[in-house]
Amino acid sequence: MMDFATSAWARFFVLALVGSLMVAAATRPALAQDLLPPAPYAYKQLEEPALEAKAQALMETLRCLKCQSQAISDSDAPMAGDMRHQVRTRIAAGEEPEAIRTWLVERYGDYVSYAPQNKPIMWPLFAAPLVILLLAALLLRGRFRRDPKDSGK
Amino acid sequence: MTEAVAKRPSLAMWLPLALFGAFFVLVIWGLVRPADREVASAFIGKPLPQFALEAATQDRPGLSTADFKTGKPKLLNVFASWCVPCAVEAPTLDALAKRGVDIQGVAIRDRSEDLARFLATNGNPFTRIGKDDVSQVQVGIGSSGVPETFVIDGNGVIRYQHIGEIRPEDIDLILRKLAEAGQ
Repeated sequence: MMDFATSAWARFFVLALVGSLMVAAATRPALAQDLLPPAPYAYKQLEEPALEAKAQALMETLRCLKCQSQAISDSDAPMAGDMRHQVRTRIAAGEEPEAIRTWLVERYGDYVSYAPQNKPIMWPLFAAPLVILLLAALLLRGRFRRDPKDSGK
Repeated sequence: MTEAVAKRPSLAMWLPLALFGAFFVLVIWGLVRPADREVASAFIGKPLPQFALEAATQDRPGLSTADFKTGKPKLLNVFASWCVPCAVEAPTLDALAKRGVDIQGVAIRDRSEDLARFLATNGNPFTRIGKDDVSQVQVGIGSSGVPETFVIDGNGVIRYQHIGEIRPEDIDLILRKLAEAGQ
């Protein structure tokens, strides 16, 4: 009885495994990315360490548009690789990191940059801590004031 | 002392609860609202960047910025043979081409043999196909995926972006945007 049970389970697992492999094989082309090798500077650092450091610092603050919670420096998406290639070649050509950021923001909007921009839309964010502190002070004001009736004691 | 407090119940007492309520509504709204993960191009209304792409296949010429400055609005279709929705939109692109729309292709990170097979299977509505192996044109026009289709007017200015595959029900919209770009 036990043998039958185990062998039935074993058969079930083997079937499930084979089945999922077949499904994986069948859907692979659908999930496939391109077959091209990565862009020259997608994974290759710049020869000049100072320039590479500049590029790296910028790439860590640019959003990967395919995998939107990652920076292009963290992502293995082909498009992130192409964007790293773009950043590195532009840095190597002498462009300033902030100019490259501006160039990308022109194309994708502020969303592409993780670095906060000094724009009116950011003001509520910077004002919020002050407003909350003021509000807290206002609410707590009564608590710290001496009760006039207690003053005699 | 407690009586004095009880005599004037303060509205401020409700403030934390109100704040919590507002925060709660915000969270629920964020959870329920359908997620929009598409990044629209911010480059609409701007001229195409300078580019000159080599031909991606043998039977169609390459693509450059100059090819759009002919006075006639055209479609720029960003696609790839490895992209499944691109195969889905192929019949619609064919239908558009049959209605006289000039469709220029930019093949993203594609090998010519794969592309030839894709076009043989799905049809070839393109007048030109440029080979963009490092996504330079794609990034240059603010496109963040495949397929995407841009309406370019006769002066080479980007007028409209369609994200995702063009479905049969989108044909009228695309034709209208082309007509608007032609005015």
